Amino acid sequence: MKVPLNARTIIVALVVAGLLLLPVYTTLSGNVFGLTLFTRIIIYALAAASLNLIMGYGGMMSFGHAAYLGIGGYAVGILAHEGIGSGFIQWPVALAASALFALVIGALSLRTRGVYFIMITLAFAQMAYYVASGLARYGGDDGLTIYKRSDFGGLIDLSNRVQFYYLCLGCLLGGIYLIWRIVNSRFGMVVQGLRSNERRMQAIGFPVNRYRLVCFVISGTICGLAGALLANNTDFVSPAAMYWTRSGDLMVMVILGGMGSLFGPVLGTIAFLLLEEALSQFTEYWALIMGPLLLLIVLFARGGIDGMLGRVRRG
Amino acid sequence: MLLVVEQFLNGLQFGLLLFLLAAGLTLVFGIMDFVNLAHGSLYMMGAYFAATFVVWTDSFVLGCVLALGATLLLGILLEFVALRHLYNRDHLDHVLATFGLILFFNDAVRLIWGPAGLALPLPPWLTVPFQIMPGVYYPAYRLAIIVVALAVALLLYFVVMRTRIGMLIRAGASNREMIGALGINIKLLYTLVFGLGAALAGLAGLMQAPILTVQIGMGENILILAFVIIVIGGIGSIRGAFLAAIFVGMIDTLGRAFLPDLLRQVLSSTAASTAAPALSSMLIYLLMAIVLVVRPEGLFPAGRR
Repeated sequence: MKVPLNARTIIVALVVAGLLLLPVYTTLSGNVFGLTLFTRIIIYALAAASLNLIMGYGGMMSFGHAAYLGIGGYAVGILAHEGIGSGFIQWPVALAASALFALVIGALSLRTRGVYFIMITLAFAQMAYYVASGLARYGGDDGLTIYKRSDFGGLIDLSNRVQFYYLCLGCLLGGIYLIWRIVNSRFGMVVQGLRSNERRMQAIGFPVNRYRLVCFVISGTICGLAGALLANNTDFVSPAAMYWTRSGDLMVMVILGGMGSLFGPVLGTIAFLLLEEALSQFTEYWALIMGPLLLLIVLFARGGIDGMLGRVRRG
Repeated sequence: MLLVVEQFLNGLQFGLLLFLLAAGLTLVFGIMDFVNLAHGSLYMMGAYFAATFVVWTDSFVLGCVLALGATLLLGILLEFVALRHLYNRDHLDHVLATFGLILFFNDAVRLIWGPAGLALPLPPWLTVPFQIMPGVYYPAYRLAIIVVALAVALLLYFVVMRTRIGMLIRAGASNREMIGALGINIKLLYTLVFGLGAALAGLAGLMQAPILTVQIGMGENILILAFVIIVIGGIGSIRGAFLAAIFVGMIDTLGRAFLPDLLRQVLSSTAASTAAPALSSMLIYLLMAIVLVVRPEGLFPAGRR
C-alpha cells in the first residue's frame, strides 16, 4: 500500500513514534506520572478505536460502550477475587464476556435505528451499571480492589510499568491493525455500505442485521480487552467505569479525533485526556470549561482533528 | 393490603413524575427532531431553584412558582443561545452538544451551591397524613404530586389537541417547511416548545425535591428512565409517554417493594437478598427489551413523517 505523504500521515507517524519512545524519556527523567498518564490514554484510545469501528465505519451510534470497559474489568477483578490469577484464563474470559454481552445487546438494539439505538444502548449499559452496583460480594457500589495483576507466567510482568505500557501500546497498535484489516475487507465494505445506504444493500441481498451484529460484537470484544487492561492499570474496578458519562467521554474522544478515520480516535483521546488533565490542574471546575468547549467543537469543528489535518471527507 | 395500596400510589406518583419529564423530552424530539440529553439538567435546575427560592421567599408555593418560571427562562435562554444552531445537524451532534451542557451544568451547580446536597423542607400543611380510605393514610404531599401531575397532563393534552397553538405545534411536527411557508414563525414556535419542555422538567424536579435530596447528578438517572419510557411508548407520542410512564413507575416501585419477598418464596433467603436488588433494577430494562422484540417502534408510535 502506498502511503501518501501529507500533514496527516506525518502527524500520525510522529504520534506513534512519540508513544513508542515515551518510556525512554520517562525512565531517563524519572517522570513516573507521565508514564501512568499515557498508559491510561493508550487504554482509552483502544476503547475509542473500537467504538470508532461501529460509529465511524458502521454508522451505529452506541451510547453504551463503557459497559464493555466495566465487563472486561469485572471479569479480571472477579476471577482475581476468587483466586484465579492467571491472565491466560482472565483475559479470554474478559473477551468472551464482552462478546456475549455485545451479542445479546446488539441482537436487541439493532432492531432499531437512529435515536432509538442511541437511547437503547445507553439504557442497557446503565442496566449493566446497576447490576454491578448490586454485586454485594464484589464490593457493590464501592468497587473491587485487585490485589494482584494478571499473571502471565514468566512471559511478561504487568507490575513493571514499562512492560505494562508496551503491552498496552501493543494492544492498541494491534487493535488498530485489526480494524484496518476489517475495514478494508469485504466484510468491512459491506458494513460501510450499510452506513451509506441500507436499503440498497438490502436490495442487493445482504443480510443487513447479521453484518451489523458481527461488527457490533467485534467492537465490544476489543473494548472488553481495553477493560481488562484498565482494571490492571488501576488495580481496581468499580461500577463507575461503566457509568453513562464514561460512554459519553468515549464518544467525545471519537468525534474529537474524527469519526471513520483509523488514527482519529487515538488523536482524539490524547487531546481529550490531556485537555482534561491540564484543565484540572488549572481549576477544580474543569467541566465548566470542557462542557462549552464541546458545544463549540460540535458547532464549529466538524470532522474533528483528523478533519482539520486536511483530509477529504468521504460521504 | 395497606402496604399494597401505599406502594400502588407510590408507583402512580413516580410514574406521573416520570411522565412530566418524558413528555418534555418527547415533545422536543417529536416536534423539533432534537435529542436533548440536558433535559435531566433542567430537572436538576428546577429542584435547585426551588430549594433556593423557597428559602428566600419563605413560602413553599411562591418559591415553587418562581422556580418554575426560572427553569422556563433558563430553557428559553439555552435554546436561544446554543441549541437552535443545532437543529439541522444530525442526532449525534445533538447528543454531544447536550452532553457538554450536562458537564457544564453539573459543575456550575457545584460552583454555586457547593458539592453537598440541599434539602427542601415541606410546609406543615403538606406533611400531615391524609386519610384516603378508612384506616389507610397517605402522605398529603405525595397525594398533591399526583393531583398536580394529573392536572398538568390534562392541561397538556388540552393545549396540544384543542388550542390554536397546539394545532400549530402538531402542524410543525408533521411538516416544518409547509408551516413556515404559511407564515408561521417557526423559530418562535420552537423556542416556545423548548421552554414548555424545560418547564415540565423543572416541575418534575421541584416536586421530587422534598422527597429526595437535591443533589448534583439527580437528573441523570431519572433521564435514563425517561429515555426508556419514550422508547417503550414510541418517540414523539405523548399518549404513549403517559401510559409507558405509569407502567414503568408502577413496575419499578412495585418490583422494588415486593420482589425480595417473592424471590424468598422460591430461593433461599440469602440468595434472594443478593439477587433481588439487582433484579429489581433490571426489571424495567427487561420490559424495554421485551417491547423492542415485539414492537421495535414502541407501543404507540407517532405517525410517520
